[in-house]
Amino acid sequence: MSLRAATLEYATRHRLRAWEALPWAAGLAVFFLFPNHLAFGTQVLIMILFALSLDLVLGYAGIVTLGHAAFFGAGAYTVGMLAAHAGWSEPLSGLAAAALVAGALGLASGWIVLRTHGLTLLMLTLCTMALLEQAANMGAAWTGGFDGMPGLEFQPLLGRFEFDVLYFRSQYLYALAVLLGGFLLVRMLVHSSFGRSLTGIRENLLRMHAIGAPVRARQVLVYAISAALAGVAGGLFTQANGFVNLAVLGLDRSAGVLIILILGGYGRLYGAFVGAIAYLVLEHTLAKAYPSAWQLGIGLALVLVALYARNGVLGLADGLRRRGGAR
Amino acid sequence: MKAIGILALAAALSAASGAQAQTVKIGIVLPYTGVGAEFGQQVDRGMQMYMKLNPGAFAPYKVELIRRDSKNPSGAEAKTAVQELIAQDKVDILTGFIYSPDAIASASLVTAAKKPMVIMNAGTAWITNLSPMISRVSFSMWHSGFAMGEAAAKTLRAKTAVVGYTDYPPGKDSLDAFKRGFEANGGKVIDEIPMGGPGQVPDFTPFFQRAKDRKPDVFFVFVPAGDHAVGVVKTYGALGMREAGIKLIGQGDITQDIKLQSMGANAVGLITVHHYNADLDNAANRRLVAAWKQEYGADATPDFMGVQGYDGMAAIAHVVRALKGRIDAEGAMKALKGWKYDSPRGPIMIDPATRDIVMNEYLSELVRKDGRLVQKNIGVIEAVKDMCKELKAGKCAQ
Amino acid sequence: MDLASILLGGLASGMVLFVVSVGLSVTMGLMGFVNLAHGGFAMLGGYAVVLAMRHWGLPFFAALALAFLAVAALAALLERTLYARLYRAGELDQVLFTIGLAFVMIAAVTLAIGPESQTVALPEWLRGQTDLGFLSYRSYSLALIAFGAALMLALWLGFERTRIGAQIRAAVDNRRMAQSLGVDVGRLFTLTFALGSGLAAVGGALGAEILGLDPQYPLRYLVYFLIVVAVGGLGRVSGVFFASLAIGVLDFVLKFNFPQGGTMFIYALTLAFLLLRPQGLFGKRA
Repeated sequence: MSLRAATLEYATRHRLRAWEALPWAAGLAVFFLFPNHLAFGTQVLIMILFALSLDLVLGYAGIVTLGHAAFFGAGAYTVGMLAAHAGWSEPLSGLAAAALVAGALGLASGWIVLRTHGLTLLMLTLCTMALLEQAANMGAAWTGGFDGMPGLEFQPLLGRFEFDVLYFRSQYLYALAVLLGGFLLVRMLVHSSFGRSLTGIRENLLRMHAIGAPVRARQVLVYAISAALAGVAGGLFTQANGFVNLAVLGLDRSAGVLIILILGGYGRLYGAFVGAIAYLVLEHTLAKAYPSAWQLGIGLALVLVALYARNGVLGLADGLRRRGGAR
Repeated sequence: MKAIGILALAAALSAASGAQAQTVKIGIVLPYTGVGAEFGQQVDRGMQMYMKLNPGAFAPYKVELIRRDSKNPSGAEAKTAVQELIAQDKVDILTGFIYSPDAIASASLVTAAKKPMVIMNAGTAWITNLSPMISRVSFSMWHSGFAMGEAAAKTLRAKTAVVGYTDYPPGKDSLDAFKRGFEANGGKVIDEIPMGGPGQVPDFTPFFQRAKDRKPDVFFVFVPAGDHAVGVVKTYGALGMREAGIKLIGQGDITQDIKLQSMGANAVGLITVHHYNADLDNAANRRLVAAWKQEYGADATPDFMGVQGYDGMAAIAHVVRALKGRIDAEGAMKALKGWKYDSPRGPIMIDPATRDIVMNEYLSELVRKDGRLVQKNIGVIEAVKDMCKELKAGKCAQ
Repeated sequence: MDLASILLGGLASGMVLFVVSVGLSVTMGLMGFVNLAHGGFAMLGGYAVVLAMRHWGLPFFAALALAFLAVAALAALLERTLYARLYRAGELDQVLFTIGLAFVMIAAVTLAIGPESQTVALPEWLRGQTDLGFLSYRSYSLALIAFGAALMLALWLGFERTRIGAQIRAAVDNRRMAQSLGVDVGRLFTLTFALGSGLAAVGGALGAEILGLDPQYPLRYLVYFLIVVAVGGLGRVSGVFFASLAIGVLDFVLKFNFPQGGTMFIYALTLAFLLLRPQGLFGKRA
């Protein structure tokens, strides 16, 4: 089979569409067009990855959690503590360690907590995260507590690309690459039979039980995978910033990523992209123009989206497209 | 003819160089929204007051102030702001920084970019060790904590103390500082009570009840400035601790001038050590307080953060003049080392060895006068250095 | 350190939690609506009292009554115009809407009044100590305990003895059935929401002594309110009452004896409790 035919076959099987290359092209374009904003750009990329991990549990498995920052923080602190106390500063293996620790935490807490649902589940996820935050503060000798661990240094990527403290150039491309990897993983999961069983669990729990699907096991597994991915985002945060403190674990971060995902549209892979970019860019510009009033704008935007754009921005786009097509 | 020609040329040349007066760009990172918004406002006002009362301070150089919101005390926002100020706005000097995490996160950036940083609040002692480009005009917890420990033992003649502190680095710093100063002068700390985190104001009742039960001579409290302080004073009164013979002492964070009047009768008798309060009696302060009230209203008042903004601007003005408008980090630090100034808080100096501030600490008692709460000066400790770095205690040893 | 002081201290803070959270529990149980802006109504109540006392010179209790009515009216208006649209929406959209609303409240207060925290000036007789014979304790705390108990009694009577109370209980247990029996559920929603938010307003003002009052209030204490509601069980006033008191007292005892533990204990205990009994103290088994 020729290369062209093979590529086409691969694309059809995985339902790749031409426009899906756009976001990545745009990401690269940003690198060349906005060289002074790459620190902000890196934060956006990390947030997209974090939101993507939340979409796995929230959008696809239907688990509502306010404590996802626990895994982000676990990953962030793993990388930080390894670098500061064990002298382990190789970035890629650091990310792998972050994924492992966060994933294990996700597995353990998921197994315990996913017996419940609704408000109880929400509170349990919240309490788990809050406990982790308190533990990080109590262990301030290891974690740096409120003030955090400054001045973390990491070895150059693949031995060649140094971390750019001032302009964040290598961090940006690194984050973009990791995001691509994470995205492909999530995409593959979601389109697989595993992913479809998750949708089944979300839509009709009773029937899934009735056909004998291992519901609990699936839920815990997706929770663990999502946790690992969130951990990678956290590890990336520490590496890109050379710094980590308690703020990686707070309710602010959990609520923030939840809002972003809902804004963009959950249960559809690109919702994380749209939500993160829209929210962070909006916040960034409003905060610059009107430092004391940006919160009002965000609040109003959230209220309007909730009232008139049920499934987030992408849902709105869908509705418009449908109405346009129906004519 | 020739003379006129030369004169004209000279005039044209001087006009041209005059038009070239450099604009020095100052990047200001403060919380303008969120929990620290009040503090950001005080520092900002202090800066503006300096420029108002000293209009020629920067002449002939122009200054452009570029403000960025550091939002919450997480460090990441401040770091992004600093990065953009350096890379995009190309500022010459960075200043502001209310919270220690914000300054800590930005240290590596200013070192890499070789930009001078003048800290106007962040009080963790070892921050100035993080980068040779950092200087601080505000304070470290050890300035007032150590001095309070000494004063408690020597002036107040206390033998036993209980320490209550908010469980985060400035609180632990204050505990260590007070303990060192107190026990070096014959006192003994009999209980150390962590009192919740800096995020929300806890109900202090259980912690204060425990302190009351220990029956110390003094109860030394550190909490973050703001609502925590108001809660402390309320609870002290509510539990009848003064009647039980326990003096409440602390650093000036708990008697911040902008919160003072809302503390009520319970605060009378409170003894604090701090580098500034609005009732200090010197010419520069009288001038500042009067101008402040005129600009912002009779109920407004400068406080320690406001004066730090004021002094920070004075320091920056000194740097700009000394370097003739062309700012480089090494030159800036050199200009600041040993810099002396007659501030509203008294004489201050930047320590050449640590780039941190050296200043007076004032022992004050809160009294009632003409229906208002007023700080009465009962002692001065002059030229106090940051004892943490001086004694190389703990993390300051690096 | 005698038991009495500990008990009184814990009960007082528990009562504040109760007054603020009871409205949240009933509306969440009745309407099935996740209202994360509940803390915002508490904050508005506190500010209403401060402003009424400062600018109109109203005495404390008159200001409280005014705050209750004003916030209840605002809540009713918001319920009719905005909340009602989201009853059929998913849980997540409700979360988004109410968080957005909380942001709007926070920002509005910051812009209108300023970021500084405010103090509520308590009347003279509430300050200082009261002699109970065996113990002299803070008057304010004792008043809080008395008020909370009275409120609990009033609510219990309201729910058990009045027709409307019966209708609300019926609608909480089985909305469809209640509707088919002719209960005007929409009107009930508005009424309950207004009442619950009004109570939150009173709680916000009363609790300002302990919890403080500033624009960040709604999100800062949200977790505590949610914990109390989850542990108490949705929709039952008695559940919230006992949960608040239990948490208030436990928190006090733990902080007194193990201050190093910080707030960890409350989270750990909530976690353990909810694992053992997911429906809360008095909630229905799902």
